Amino acid sequence: MEKRVLFKSPWLPWVLVAPQLAIVLVFFFWPAGQALYQSVLQEDAFGTSREFVGWENFQRLFSDESYLASFKTTALFSALVAVSSMSLALLLAVMANRVVRLAGVYKTLLIWPYAVAPVVAGVLWLMLFASPYGVIAYALQALGLPWNHLLDANHAMALIVMAAAWKQISYNFLFFLAGLQSIPQSLIEAAALDGASPWRRFWTIVFPLLAPTTFFLLVMNVIYAFFDTFGTVDAATHGGPGKETSILVYKVYYDGFKALDMGGSAAQSVVLMLIVIALTVVQFRFVERKIEY
Amino acid sequence: MMIERRPILDFFAHAILLAGVAVIAFPVYLAFIASTQSAEQIASSHPLSLLPGNHLLDTYRLALFGGKTYGGATIAAGWPMMWVSLVMALAITIGKIAISLLSAFAIVYFRFPFKRAVFWMIFITLMLPVEVRIGPTYEVIANLGLLNSYAGLTVPLIASATATFLFRQFFLSVPDELVEAARIDGAGPMRFFFDVLLPLSKTSIAALFVIQFIYGWNQYLWPLMVTTSEDMYPIVLGIKRAIFGEVYIEWNVVMATAILAMLPPALVVILMQKWFVKGLVDTEK
Amino acid sequence: MAAITFNNVLKRYGKGKHELQVIHGVNAEISDGEFIVIVGPSGCGKSTLLRMVAGLEEVSGGEIRIGTRVVNDLEPAERDIAMVFQNYALYPHMSVFDNMAYGLKIAKVPKDEIQARVAKAAGILELEPFLERKPRQLSGGQRQRVAMGRAIVRQPQVFLFDEPLSNLDAKLRAQTRLEIQKLHRELGITSLFVTHDQVEAMTLAQRMIVMNAGRMEQFGTPEEVYHRPASTFVASFIGSPPMNLLASAPHVKPGAILGIRPEHLQVVPQAGDTGWTVQVEAVEMLGAERLLYTRLDSEQLIVRTDEKHGAAPAIGSLLHVMPQADRLHWFDEATGKRL
Repeated sequence: MEKRVLFKSPWLPWVLVAPQLAIVLVFFFWPAGQALYQSVLQEDAFGTSREFVGWENFQRLFSDESYLASFKTTALFSALVAVSSMSLALLLAVMANRVVRLAGVYKTLLIWPYAVAPVVAGVLWLMLFASPYGVIAYALQALGLPWNHLLDANHAMALIVMAAAWKQISYNFLFFLAGLQSIPQSLIEAAALDGASPWRRFWTIVFPLLAPTTFFLLVMNVIYAFFDTFGTVDAATHGGPGKETSILVYKVYYDGFKALDMGGSAAQSVVLMLIVIALTVVQFRFVERKIEY
Repeated sequence: MMIERRPILDFFAHAILLAGVAVIAFPVYLAFIASTQSAEQIASSHPLSLLPGNHLLDTYRLALFGGKTYGGATIAAGWPMMWVSLVMALAITIGKIAISLLSAFAIVYFRFPFKRAVFWMIFITLMLPVEVRIGPTYEVIANLGLLNSYAGLTVPLIASATATFLFRQFFLSVPDELVEAARIDGAGPMRFFFDVLLPLSKTSIAALFVIQFIYGWNQYLWPLMVTTSEDMYPIVLGIKRAIFGEVYIEWNVVMATAILAMLPPALVVILMQKWFVKGLVDTEK
Repeated sequence: MAAITFNNVLKRYGKGKHELQVIHGVNAEISDGEFIVIVGPSGCGKSTLLRMVAGLEEVSGGEIRIGTRVVNDLEPAERDIAMVFQNYALYPHMSVFDNMAYGLKIAKVPKDEIQARVAKAAGILELEPFLERKPRQLSGGQRQRVAMGRAIVRQPQVFLFDEPLSNLDAKLRAQTRLEIQKLHRELGITSLFVTHDQVEAMTLAQRMIVMNAGRMEQFGTPEEVYHRPASTFVASFIGSPPMNLLASAPHVKPGAILGIRPEHLQVVPQAGDTGWTVQVEAVEMLGAERLLYTRLDSEQLIVRTDEKHGAAPAIGSLLHVMPQADRLHWFDEATGKRL
């Protein structure tokens, strides 16, 4: 889309885009290029020797048990976070949409977790489950369900899922609420006149009309789970026990900075880049209006 | 959405909503409770009490100003870290908004060679969050000698195009006739930008302010990497460090610090809620 | 105040095989102080022509002069013009006063002069009570007047109007038309007024440019355009109901088209040498007059009568009509031009 009337100036637009362009070149293209370059090299930790190894880093990566495990872990993690967070948010949004008068109040009470840092969310939920102080851990113990996220991988996963999903409910809630409010009331009324019960109306009319919102949120939640949850994982489990909750983005950090495997870490970065690009393309193609130039 | 006026459904809805609010608030409620306890109370209660204690002032003073705790550990002062977070958040927010306004203005309202290339170069950054390019970006910062500096903390995070995208969408919706009237009135492009476009963009700017402030304040991975000296830690980093490697975690102080870390962004969200919601829902759609 | 000259003005869009020519060689001389209406159907290029005078569109070929200056390459601000837009284009965040003062502020006109000019314009347009209000607090008609006020304070050489009345309701439109005429009498500034409404054109213009598909079909006074249309297009565009154009009816010479306006047809007892026998298909009652839609072989003939001639004829009945001999128009069938 272009404006009908454009300014003409040989130099002004360049001055205007210069700041952003400069930052993008230095802090985006240059490092991304570096990552690509490093991913086909094998360097030792001190950078004194460098050898071109082609696909070797990638091959090593995909035959590495722990990397594939990390992939699985991340997939499981994002699926759990997306599903749990979105369903709870949808439930709350439907209820809030019904309660027209106080909807504003509930909105305020439900959106503030958006402001909480992922790492703080991790700390908060760690506290809930940390023995021997954790309130929920104590309650579970009393019910006969011993909890130990330091040893049990499933418990650890549950912990980070809960922390990540908790924080994301607000975001999903806002979008679902907006989506619900954009459904014309006349459609609901027509269905009611046709004899459909609220339950039926929801599943046959409201939910299908929410499909764009749902799809959009699915993509956003997956991106969130893949990338924004580093802090949550670092605070709650450190990727443990062992490597059981080491999601991909955590592994990139760990391998690059703790294990000092620069080539491998760079290769992992490249793989992550491809995943994000794929997700963003999917989102633009199917959800947003096409970006017309 | 529901036509039927059965009061039982209303009750049901409120019940669920209240339960939702409770679940959302519960962790933070507990955090607050913990922050009002003294260290002895924490140490002696298994699990943590559900009712507030009376050591609020002591604990927060410790969290803000540092000192020696009951357990003998030394807590670093929290307020310098809050300051770092504040500077970082504001720098990222203002920096990003400023350069994005200019870029979006150039892209929408000007014709110039290679515009298409510039457009795509900027928008491709939408696709890659900093977590994905951390290694090499770290090296660039290190090579520029910007480790442990505000510049190193903030500039790489201004790179992404989320704000530019939002402003572009908004500018495209401004009627062409306003530009034409301004041109006939004798306004050049920058005059038009400051006198007409900016005032009309107030809502978008406000919405972006909230989103970027929270984004900047909550940054964790990036500061983790580019800072090694404690006086450049943002507060979220400080919290994590307080629970890492300690055999004995002083939950009351940690929770007090967590509450402090949550306050400014939560305040920004609640006070600017209207713009925030509008901006969030409009930009992403 | 200045004269405007169009010298073989052309407008093209696109390049190479996608090139589209939308204005084909417009030539016209407009005198200082004239009120000229550019009228034509949607897409005929009238707005494009206006915008070329404004400097909002580039001139692909030919010259446009304002006064003695060729303005092709001048920025809008340098042309000493003011424009009233269809959608008013008021700055939403500025008060009425600031909207009108904006151009003067940029031109660095001294403050008290600005005050004086805005006050004077506000006086003429009865906008005094609204000076501190924002556009969204005004009605459509009031916003239209602010848009005109903004143009007046600039004291330009030329006024440009881009379909300013289209967004007003019928009553307001008639009222504003009168106000624009009054303004022109008072200020006497050369004006170009674009509209698709031929009634507006007929009532406002001292002379009008009738455009069709990028071509100027006729440039003349309302009188000339109505009574001596230069082509079948002008003949059928101006006047409501439109002029009857007959190609195959009796008395029509081959290779020609005969034009006769509905009000120049009379119902007569006998068809005679010059008349026709037609069948009534529909009757429209318009108060003081009646429109008879009749069929003559394969063509339609509209006849205007009034109630003085008795009751309305029945549908399906046959009538005899005769044209006024001195009101016949002949056009070439191939080119549509007047013979």
